[in-house]
Parts: sequence; C-alpha cells; structure tokens
Amino acid sequence: MLKVKNIQTFYGNIQALKDVSIEIHEGEIVTLIGANGAGKTTTLMSICGITPPRSGEILLDGDPIHGMSADKVVQQGIVQVPEGRRIFPDMTVQENLEMGAFLRNNKQLVQQDMNYVMTLFPILEKRRNQLGGTLSGGEQQMLAISRALMARPRILLLDEPSLGLAPLIIKQIFDILRQINKESNTTIFLVEQNANQALKLADRGYVMENGRITLVDSADSLLENDDVRKAYLGL
Amino acid sequence: MDYFLELFFGGLTRGSIYALIALGYTMVYGIIQLINFAHGEIYMIGAFVALIVAGVLTIYGFSGISILVIAGIIAVIYASAYGYTLEKIAYRPLRGAPRLSPLISAIGMSIFLQNYVLLAQTPDFLPFPRLIPDFAFMEPVAHIIGSPELVILVVTIATMVGLTVLIKYTRIGKAMRATQQDMSMARLVGVNVDRIISLTFVIGSALAAIGGVLVASYMGQVNFYIGFLAGVKAFTAAVLGGIGSIPGAVLGGLVLGWTESFAAGYVSSDYEDVLAFGLLVLILILRPSGILGKARKQKV
Repeated sequence: MLKVKNIQTFYGNIQALKDVSIEIHEGEIVTLIGANGAGKTTTLMSICGITPPRSGEILLDGDPIHGMSADKVVQQGIVQVPEGRRIFPDMTVQENLEMGAFLRNNKQLVQQDMNYVMTLFPILEKRRNQLGGTLSGGEQQMLAISRALMARPRILLLDEPSLGLAPLIIKQIFDILRQINKESNTTIFLVEQNANQALKLADRGYVMENGRITLVDSADSLLENDDVRKAYLGL
Repeated sequence: MDYFLELFFGGLTRGSIYALIALGYTMVYGIIQLINFAHGEIYMIGAFVALIVAGVLTIYGFSGISILVIAGIIAVIYASAYGYTLEKIAYRPLRGAPRLSPLISAIGMSIFLQNYVLLAQTPDFLPFPRLIPDFAFMEPVAHIIGSPELVILVVTIATMVGLTVLIKYTRIGKAMRATQQDMSMARLVGVNVDRIISLTFVIGSALAAIGGVLVASYMGQVNFYIGFLAGVKAFTAAVLGGIGSIPGAVLGGLVLGWTESFAAGYVSSDYEDVLAFGLLVLILILRPSGILGKARKQKV
C-alpha cells in the first residue's frame, strides 16, 4: 500500500537518509526501530512532506506522493502522531480533536468519531474542556493518537508514542493501537526506541542505523535475532 | 470630573485606534515571529484610498456617513490586497531565512511604500473631508465625548468583537490558532499554513485600513508619513501588551492611549510621548514579555 523507494533526505548538506526503502501492506503493523539519531523521525517527516526527500519515490497505492505538501499528504489518509505529542497547548481537548478532523466536512461522522475516541480513552471525555497544555504526558499521548484518528487515517504513523511514559500507560496505549488495527483495519507504521514493546506489537520490523535500513524481517524473527537482541533489547 | 471624563474618552478613542493597528502587528508576529514594519504603511494607504474614494463620491453627491462606509469598504479591500501582496513578494521568499532578513525586507517595504505614495500623490498634507456629522442625541454629552469619537469607538469595538468571534469559533480561526501554537503540527493535521499566513496579513491589513479611515476623517488630513507615526505607536502598544497576544494588543493600545491623554491633560502635551514611552520602559523592566505576554516556552 505504501512504498518508500530509495529515498535520500538532507538537512542542508547533511544527509539524514541514505537510500531508504520501506514497504507497508494494507492492515499491517510495521515498526521501525533504531538508536537515537538513526533517521527514524526523518523517515516519517519525509513521508509526510515536512522534509521532502531529495531523490527517490514515495508511492501510495502506486501513485507518487513525494512531491505533495504536508496538508495534501494528510488528505491522502496518511496521518502522523509526531514525537513529543505536539498537542496544541492553548486549545481545549475538544478543539484539539476538532483540529484532527480539520479536512473533513461531514459533521455527523466527525461527531461519531469523537465519541469513538472518547470510548477508547474515557479520560478525554473528562478533560474535554481542559486546555491541552495542562494534561499529563500520558493523557497528551492519548489525545495525540485520538487527534490523528479523527482524520480517519488509512495509515497511522506514530513516532515514539512510549517516550517518557510510565510502563502501565505504555501498555494501555499499545493495547489500544492493536485494537485500532483490528477494529478499523487501520495500517500502522510505528517508530520506536522501545524495541521490545514495538516488536511484540508489530507484524514486521525494519532496523535503521545511521540513515540506512540494515535489517528487515518479521517481528518474531527480529526478536530472536542475536544482533538485535544485543543492540536494542539489552539482552 | 467632566475634564477627567473627557480625557478618559479621548484616551479610549486614541487607544482603540492603536489597538486596531496593533492587532495586525501582533497577529503576524504570533504566527511567523516577524515584525511587519510595513504595517503602518498599509494603514496610510487605507487612508489615502478612502480620501480618493471620498473625493469621487462627493462629486456624485453622496454625503457624510454613506461616504464613510463606502470609502471604508473600498479602503479595506485595497489595503487587504496590499497586505496579501506584501507577504507574497517580500516575506514568503524569505521563509526559512535567518530572522534578520525578513526584518530588513520589512523595513525596505516600509520605505518603498512611503516613497511610492509620496511620488504618486504629494508630500503635502491633504485635507480629508469631515465625514462624521454631529449627532443631535450626542449634544448633552458633547463636552465629554464628541460624535466622531463615538463612531470610532463603536466601529473599533464591533471590529474587535467580530475578530474575536472569528478566531474563537470558526474553522479558519481555529486553524489560525493552531498555526500560531505549533506550525508544523498544524501542517500535520492538514492545515495549509501558507494560506493561513496570507489570511493573517489580509485580516491585519483590513483592520489597519479601518483605523486609517477613521483617524483620517477624525484628524481631517492625511499625508504619506502618517503610517510611520501610527505604526510606531501601535507597535509600542503591541509590545506593551505582550507581542503575539491578541487581548494584549487591545490592552496595550488602551494603556498607551490613556497614558498619552492623561499626560497631555494633566501635565502638558509636550510630555505625552515622554510619559507614554517612559511607561513602556517601566513595564518592560517589570514584565519583559509585556502585560499579557507569555515567556516563550523552550520546546523539548
């Protein structure tokens, strides 16, 4: 469904992505693991049109999307939950969710989805009129995921959703991700440093080092792989 | 007491005009962290367009308030087009450049627009027709607040209420707030940020033009330099209230207007600027980010 083919992305003269290729099939959960600075976030930002690749192709159902501006990419159904949550701090929870549905016109369906995310994360219902900036880290992550869901994504991209959260909250969030994937057949591309959790959730995984993909395999095999165990699982 | 009230309403009128112009500075700064130094010139162009339209309408036999309304609307449209174009040619190509570059570009555009009007029109003051008649119902309070002041207050308050509703409740207003709070996240939810920035310039310019028309008809004259003076004052008001904050711009405008008015009334008009800017320095020493300004949080 989403095909990233040999992309190279630069920040000024510094090359962040070197010949990166990734393929994600419909309904899959795919994870991208790697150390700090490996280029994971840049990969997502390249897909989303924030840092467009200098060369290479990004295809959605065979059609190129790599020249599109960020808002057009969202229109194609590719929606990102960025690193650090990036909640609009001076907007209420409800307004944040409304911003997630910014490109949608059918008010009834939007309302329906708002109720749906509030059943996924009941705490958001309670915080509805509170400013986003006053939420705790875990609540903000739930809001960030919900905001992305409000766009009815075909592919949900997540950048380190476990960052800085308590283990119990991480488990809750990963459970919800599995539920979203099952219930609405949303394809998920998950970038994580928390390799253990990510590989347990995912069907397949990519390993990234210094801007290159070094390993591709099923998540189960990666969990067994000695190099991966040593480098990313601390075993 | 009457004297106090007269100064109070005089300051309120002045301050509301400063606030109207300050909104343009603060909205643009809030979104792209640029001090748009050419904003005062947009105000001046609004006044000039109104003068020309008023001249034509007078020939066709229109009068008073009807001229003010029509001239005002045309001035708003014209100034908005200027604001839109200004952003497109002078600031957009510099997006992502070091912050000093668009600032220099802004100063350049300010000088350019001043001289363009100077050459196209005249360096002299031109008389602006008195478009606001003395309302009969204002007679009992005329020694405290005149009809022109009343019209200015009503128009500025209505404009600000409209702006508040737009920003708080409409889809486009929410997109503007989202862009101001986190521009790249706004793009990630599908906001066309370039369009929002253009829109911000258009709205700011429209507000400035409204201010320009009101002041011109109140003062009775215009020339190419009025934008610079009004711009400096309004910019001061925006900083005083906390640049980037919309309520701050309004509050800053009012504080500045009242300070000037009371200083002129109780001390001497020679000292109004000294006291007004003394107050600015004092407030900035006590609250460096302005009265309602927030210290910018470091993003982690």
